[in-house]
Amino acid sequence: MALTRGGLHIARGACAALAFSLLSGLAQAEMKLNLQEPITQLGREVYDLHLLMTIVCGVIFVAVFGVMFWSVFVHRKSAGYKAATFHESTTVEILWTIVPVFILLGMAWPATKTILAMRDTSNADITIKATGYQWKWGYDYLKGEGEGISFVSTLATPQPQIRNETTKGTDYLLEVDNELVVPVGKKVRILTTANDVIHAWWVPALAVKQDAVPGFIRDTWFRAEKTGTYRGQCAELCGKEHGYMPIVVRIVTDAEYAEWVDGKKKAMAAAADDPNKMYAVEELAPRGEKIFAANCAACHQANGQGLPPAFPPLDGSKVVLGPQDGQINILLNGKSGTAMAAFKHLSDTELAAVITYTRNSWSNATGEVVQPSDIKVARN
Amino acid sequence: MAAIPGGADHAHDHAHDHPSGIMRWVTTTNHKDIGSMYLWFSFAMFIVGGIMALVIRAELFEPGLQVVDPDRFNQMTTLHGLIMVFGAIMPAFVGFANWMIPLMIGASDMAFARMNNWSFWLLPPAAILLTSSLLVPGGAAASGWTLYPPLTVQMGIGMDMAIFAVHILGISSIMGSINIVTTLLNMRAPGMTLMKMPLFCWTWLITAYLVIAVMPVLAGAVTMILTDRHFGTSFFNAAGGGDPVLYQHIFWFFGHPEVYIIAIPAFGVVSQVIPAFSRKPLFGYASMVYATSSIAILSFIVWAHHMYTVGMPVAGQLYFMFATMLIAIPTGVKVFNWVATMWRGSLSFETPMLFSIGFLFLFTLGGFSGLVLSMTAVDVQLHDSYYVVAHFHYVMVAGALFSAYAGAYYWLPKWTGHMYDEKLGKLHFWLSIVFFNMTFFVQHFLGLAGMPRRIPDYSLQFAEFNMISSIGAFGFGLSQLVFLVVALKCIKGGEKASAKPWDGAEGLEWTVPSPAPYHTFETPPAFK
Repeated sequence: MALTRGGLHIARGACAALAFSLLSGLAQAEMKLNLQEPITQLGREVYDLHLLMTIVCGVIFVAVFGVMFWSVFVHRKSAGYKAATFHESTTVEILWTIVPVFILLGMAWPATKTILAMRDTSNADITIKATGYQWKWGYDYLKGEGEGISFVSTLATPQPQIRNETTKGTDYLLEVDNELVVPVGKKVRILTTANDVIHAWWVPALAVKQDAVPGFIRDTWFRAEKTGTYRGQCAELCGKEHGYMPIVVRIVTDAEYAEWVDGKKKAMAAAADDPNKMYAVEELAPRGEKIFAANCAACHQANGQGLPPAFPPLDGSKVVLGPQDGQINILLNGKSGTAMAAFKHLSDTELAAVITYTRNSWSNATGEVVQPSDIKVARN
Repeated sequence: MAAIPGGADHAHDHAHDHPSGIMRWVTTTNHKDIGSMYLWFSFAMFIVGGIMALVIRAELFEPGLQVVDPDRFNQMTTLHGLIMVFGAIMPAFVGFANWMIPLMIGASDMAFARMNNWSFWLLPPAAILLTSSLLVPGGAAASGWTLYPPLTVQMGIGMDMAIFAVHILGISSIMGSINIVTTLLNMRAPGMTLMKMPLFCWTWLITAYLVIAVMPVLAGAVTMILTDRHFGTSFFNAAGGGDPVLYQHIFWFFGHPEVYIIAIPAFGVVSQVIPAFSRKPLFGYASMVYATSSIAILSFIVWAHHMYTVGMPVAGQLYFMFATMLIAIPTGVKVFNWVATMWRGSLSFETPMLFSIGFLFLFTLGGFSGLVLSMTAVDVQLHDSYYVVAHFHYVMVAGALFSAYAGAYYWLPKWTGHMYDEKLGKLHFWLSIVFFNMTFFVQHFLGLAGMPRRIPDYSLQFAEFNMISSIGAFGFGLSQLVFLVVALKCIKGGEKASAKPWDGAEGLEWTVPSPAPYHTFETPPAFK
C-alpha cells in the first residue's frame, strides 16, 4: 500500500514496541487469550460455543478480506489496471443474503440448547441468597445442608497495597474475608438481590453472571466438577467502590463441607448478641471501629475526614454531634440524593456500636452510648 | 433565504450584508457555515472526551490507584461516553449532512435555515453543562453513560446537569433531523428521484427518522430519573412499586437504534468514498438502500440483547438472540457490496480511501465480536467485561470515527479550496490504525479472562494487556493531533483544488467550484 516513509518508520516503531511489550509480558506472566478454564458442564459448552463462533467468524473474515486484499494488490491504478463497469447482480445479492442465514442457523442451534439448560434452576441441592451491598456481598444459606448460615464477604486486600505502599499479593483485589463455601458435584442455586443499587454476581470459571436488582429476586445455578478456589467480581457499575467487591467461591468435598457447616454454625452461635444488653462506651466503641472500617471507611475515611464534597467528614459533623435520632435515622434509611446508603441490614448491636464509635472518636467526644434497644425502637 | 422564488439577486445582496466577525457565526443561517461549526465543535469535543479517555487509561496503566480516586474515575468513564456519543460523533455527521446534503442534491440550503442555526447553538450550552459538572459539589455523574438507576438517584447535582445536557442535545438532534428529512424530501434537484440520491443522502434520511423516533424516548427515560430524584416518583424504585430494570428497557429502546444513528451515516460516507477511489460505480446501490433500511428497522426490536443478565424469561433471551443475529445479514450484504465495488476497480489509495478500507476491515471485526456477543450463552460470560468495551470501540472508533476522517479528507478540498497534505494524511491514518489496534485488540483478551469494565483498579493477571492498551491509547490520542495540523494547513493554503479534485468522484457537489461559494445552486441544477 501507499505508505510514506515517515509513516512506515513510526508504524514500525510502534510494532516493535508492541512486540517488545508482548514478549517481556510473556516472560513475566501468562497472558490469557481465551475464557477461563471452566469447571462446570455449562461452562464447557459456553467455552466451546465461543471457540466455534470465533473460528467461523475468523474463516469468513479471512475469506472476505482475502478477496479485498487481492483486489487491493492486483486491481490498482498504479499497476495500470483498468476499472470494470459492472455494478449490479441480483444473483450474488441473493446468494450472499441466503448463505449467511444458514451459517447463523448452525450457530443458533447449539446456543439455544445451552441457554435452555442455563435457565433451568429447578431441583437444586443447596440454595444460597447473594445480596449485593455497596460494596460487599452478603450470603444467606436458605435451603439444603448449611441452612441458616449467614455472613458478609468483604474485600480482604489491605489499603496500603491499593495505594501502592506495599507489594501487591498474588490475589490482589480478588480476596475476601469470608469465602462462599459450597460442596463439589451439588447443584447450587444462587438467588441474587441487592440492598441499594444494581450489582452483578460473576464468577467466570463457573460461567455464571446474574444481575442483583434491588427489590427483586433473580436466580442462576452451577454444579462444580472440581474442588478449588475460584474468583470473580461484581460486574455491574455500583458506585465508587465497584472495583472492590470480589466474589470468592471455595468448592470443597462433601466431608469438608460438613465440617465447615459445623464450624460456621458454632461460631455464629458464639457471636450472637443479646439485643437487650446495655453496654458502656468502652465495650461498644472497639467493636464499632471494626464495623466502621468494613462499612464506612471507604467513603468517610478511617480518620473521619471523609472525601468532601461527595463524602462529608464525620469528625466534627453536625449530624454525629447532634441528636442521636437524626444519626440513627440516616444509618437506617440512608440519605436520598447522596451516596449515603441505608445500612439497615446491620444488626441493632452493630449499628449501636458504630454510632457509639463515631460519637466518641477523633475530636468527637460526646461520651454518649447508643444502645441496641435504641436502634430497635427507631427501626419500628 | 435563497429558496424564495425569483430571489437570485436578493440572495446575492445578502451575501454582502451578512454580519462579520463573531456575529457572522452567531446569526448565520448558511448551511456551509453551520456545517463548519458542527465539525469544529465535534472535533473540540472529541479532544475533550479523548483527554478523559487518557485519564482513564493512565489510571489503568498499572494495578493500584495512581492518578484519580475511584469516584473521579467513574465520572471520567461517564463523561467520556456521553461526550463522545452526543458531543463528538453525532454532531460530526450532522456537520457532514449540513455541508454536503444541499450540495449533493442541488439545493440552495437546508429547508429550515433558522432552525438549523438554533440546532447548532444548543450544543455549546449542553457541552458547558456536561463539562462544568466536574466542578460542582459531588462531581459529575458517575453512573456510566447508560445512567442506570438506582445508582443515578444517589448522585449529586452533577447528575441533574447531565440530564439537562441530554435533554438539550436531544432537542438539537431532533431539530437537525427534521431539517434533514424535509430537505431531502422536498429540495432535490428536478429529476433526482429518491433512488437516484447519493447513498450518503439515503443513509441520512434513514438515520434522521431513527433520531426522531428514539431521542424522545431517551428524554422520557432521563426525565423519569429526574422526577425519581427530586419529585418523589418511584418509576425505578421497587419500594415504591417501580422497577430498576424498566429503565434499562426504555434506555436500550433508545440505545440500540442510537448505535445505528452513529453507524449508518458512517456507512453513507464510505459508500461515497470507495466508488470514487475504485473508479467504478457502487455495487448494488438498491440492495444497499434496502440493507440500510432493514438494519434501521431491526434496530428497534433487539434492544434487550444489552440486558441478557438482568434475569428476563428464557423466551425473551431466545427471541432477542435470534433477532440480533438477523442484523448480521443486512450488515454482511453491505460489507460484500463494498468489497464487490472494489473488485476489478482501478484502485488508488489516497487518505480517504485508506480510512475507508480501515473502516471496512475493523468495522467488520467489530461486527463479528458483536455476533459473538449476540449469543446469550456466551454473552453471559462477556457482558459488562472488557470484551464489550473492545467490541463497541471497534464499531464506534474504527467504524464511525474512521469513516468521519474518510469524509473529512474526501471533502476538505471542496470546503477549503486547497488540497490537504497527502503525506501527513497518510501518516495520520497509519498511526491511527496501529495505535487503535494496540489499544483495543488486547481488550478482547482482558474481557475473556474476566476483567469487568468500569473498574479503576484490577488484579495482577490483567496487568500486561492493560499496559499495552494504555500505551496504545496515548499513541492514538496524540496521533489525532496530526489531523488538526492537516486541517489547519489545508485551510491556510496549499495546492489549489479543482472543482473535482478526485478523478473517480461522482455527484453534484463536484460541479461547483472549490472552495464551494457561499451560495450554491440558487437555481436548481440539471440532473440526468
